[in-house]
Amino acid sequence: MRTVNLLKVAYKSIIKNRMRSFLTMLGIIIGVGAVIALVAIGQGTSAEVESQVSALGSNLVMVMPGSSHMGGVSRGAGSINSLTLKDVEKLKSESEYIAEVSPLVRASGQVIALGKNWSSQTNGVDPNYLIIKDWEMENGTFFTKRDVRSRAKVAVLGKTVADELFEESDPIGQKIRVRNIPFKVIGILESKGSSMMGDQDDVILVPSTTALYRMTEGKNVSMIMVSAVNNEVIEEAQAEITSILRKSHKLKDEDSDDFRIRSQTEIIDRVSSVTGALTLLLGAIAAVSLLVGGIGIMNIMLVSVTERTKEIGIRLAIGARGRDVLIQFLIEAVLLSLVGGVIGIIFGILLANGASHFMNMGVVLNPFISFMAFSFSGAVGVFFGFYPARKAAAMDPIEALRYE
Amino acid sequence: MEIIKVEGLRKTYIVGDVKVHALRKVDLTVNGGEFVSVMGSSGSGKSTLMNLIGCLDTPTSGTYALDGKQIDKLKKSQLSDIRNQKIGFVFQGFNLLARTSAIENVELPLLYDRRGRIKDPSGKAREALDRVGLLDRLDHEPSQLSGGQQQRVALARALVNEPAIILADEPTGNLDSRTSIEVMKVLQELNEQGITILLVTHEEDIAAYSKRIVRLRDGIKIEDKPVSHVRSAEKDLMEMKDINNGLNGQGYVEE
Repeated sequence: MRTVNLLKVAYKSIIKNRMRSFLTMLGIIIGVGAVIALVAIGQGTSAEVESQVSALGSNLVMVMPGSSHMGGVSRGAGSINSLTLKDVEKLKSESEYIAEVSPLVRASGQVIALGKNWSSQTNGVDPNYLIIKDWEMENGTFFTKRDVRSRAKVAVLGKTVADELFEESDPIGQKIRVRNIPFKVIGILESKGSSMMGDQDDVILVPSTTALYRMTEGKNVSMIMVSAVNNEVIEEAQAEITSILRKSHKLKDEDSDDFRIRSQTEIIDRVSSVTGALTLLLGAIAAVSLLVGGIGIMNIMLVSVTERTKEIGIRLAIGARGRDVLIQFLIEAVLLSLVGGVIGIIFGILLANGASHFMNMGVVLNPFISFMAFSFSGAVGVFFGFYPARKAAAMDPIEALRYE
Repeated sequence: MEIIKVEGLRKTYIVGDVKVHALRKVDLTVNGGEFVSVMGSSGSGKSTLMNLIGCLDTPTSGTYALDGKQIDKLKKSQLSDIRNQKIGFVFQGFNLLARTSAIENVELPLLYDRRGRIKDPSGKAREALDRVGLLDRLDHEPSQLSGGQQQRVALARALVNEPAIILADEPTGNLDSRTSIEVMKVLQELNEQGITILLVTHEEDIAAYSKRIVRLRDGIKIEDKPVSHVRSAEKDLMEMKDINNGLNGQGYVEE
C-alpha cells in the first residue's frame, strides 16, 4: 500500500476516536513538554549562575587568608590575617602572569548622609580594582593613585547605596559619614545586579589606604584581588601567586599555605557541575513520563487492534499481507506519538516561557533538546506500537472475519 | 480452461484430543465461465472447502491448482497475493469497512496490489461500481446503504481486480427474498459476461440460479450435476413486479 493511503487510514482511525486519541497523546504531550520545559529551566539556571560568576570580574583570582592551626585544631578560614600590603607590592613587582592587583580592605559600618542612614559594606581598594572587576562608572570619577597615597577621604558609591541615601538628588559632591569619618562622594558605580553572592551594588569603595589606616588597625588586608593576563594562564598565575606569597611569608617547605586562592573558573566549574547534574536529573524525571506515555500508546493500540479485528480480517481476505497490516498499525502508533510530540514541544516552549515570564526564571530553549524529544517520541511510538501491530499482522483471516 | 482443480483434498482439525475431519478426499474441477453452487447443511464441510479454495486456509493433504498455478505449497504472503489478484470474495455479512465510502471500499484491493500496474484506482473502482449499478452511490458509507446495495458494493470490490473467480459465501443469507434475487441477477449478469462464480449456499431456491450444483455431506462430495432448468433472476423479478402491479390494479378495479 502506498504511504499516502497508509497515512490516510491512520489519520482516519485517529480522528474517529478523537477523545481517546487525545488522551493517549496526552501522555506523550506531557512527557515531551516536561522534558523541554525542565531542561530549558535547568540550562537557564546554569547560564544565569555562570553569567553572574563571570560578572565578578574577568580572569579573576582571589587570594584570601588561610586558616591557622592551634595544636591540631583548625580555626577556620580567615582565622589568621596573613595578607598585607607588602604582599600586594610583591605580587605587583614579581609576577609574570598577573595583570592587575588590588588589595581589598573590608570595613563595615553604618553610613549616614543627609539625615538618612544605611548599613553597608565599605571596601578599601586600589584604582585598578575597577579593571579587575570589569566594572564601569555611571557618574563622576573613581579615585586615583594619588588619593590612595594621600589616604584621601573620598568615596565611590554602589548603585544601591546611592539610591538609598540620596534617592532623587545628585550624590556627587555630597558628604557621607562612615563610622563618623566624613567622606566626599566623587562617583557612582554602574549597577552590576545581584548574584548568589548578594547585592553587588550595596557597597562603598574608598581608597585602600584610607580603609586600612583610618578605619581598621592598619595591618592586614582582607583579600587580594588579582586578574590574570588572560584566561589560559589562570592556573599558572595561581601557581605563581602561591610561590610569591610563600616566599613573602617565609614559609618552610613543610608548612602549609596560610592563604587560599580561588579563581573564577574554579567557581564556574563547581557551579556548572551542580547545575548540570540538576538538569540531568530533571531531564531524567521527564523522560520517565515520556516512557509512561509510550505505555499508554501500547495499551490503546492493543485495544484498537482487538476492536478492529473484523477490519483486519477483511483487509487480509482481500489480499493485504501481514506486513501491510503491521505497517498500518505501526504508522498509526507513530503518528499518535509524533503528533503528541509536536504538541508537546509547543506545550513545553509555552511552559518554559511562562516560567521565565511569571516566575522570573532564566530559560534557555535548546532546539537540539526539542529535536531529541521529538525523535524520542517517534521512537517510543515504534517501540510500543510494534507489539500490538505484530499481533494484528499475525491474525488468522478466517478467525478475524468471524469476529463480531 | 480449468480455473479450479482440486484433487484428494483433506482438512482435519484437531480440537482437544479429537480429530475432526472437515473434508475427506474431495475432488472438484471448475472450468472458466461456470456458475457452480456448493450446497450442504451446516457441518457438511462447505465452508472449509470455501476457505481452502479462497486461499484463506491450507489443506492437510491433497493438491489445489488455481488458474493453472499450484498453490498448496505457497507461503502466507504468497497466498495474500493470490487472494488479491485471483480471487474476489463476497461474504454473507457484506464485510465492508465501516465509515468508509463505497468507492474507497472498492478501491481497497487495488491498493494492496503489488504488481503496481494500476494507474487510476478510483477510475477502476468507479467502473466496477457501474457494473453493479451503483454509480449514484459512490460517496455513500455502508451505514447509508441498504443490505442489497451493500452486497453490490461488496460485489464491485470482488470484481475490481479482475479475478479468475468470484467466491460468494452465502451472499444472500442476510437479505430478504426480493433483494436476494436482485443480487442473484447481478451474479447471473456477471457470469454471462464470462466471470467464473463459485457460490456457497444452503438454499435450494438460490442454487437454482446457478448452472451446476455440488452437494457435500460430512466432508464428502455426494452429488455433482448440472442444473436442468436454470432460473432467470431477471425474469423472476419481472414477474414479481407484474404480480404486484396486477394485484394493485385488480384491487383498484374491484373497489
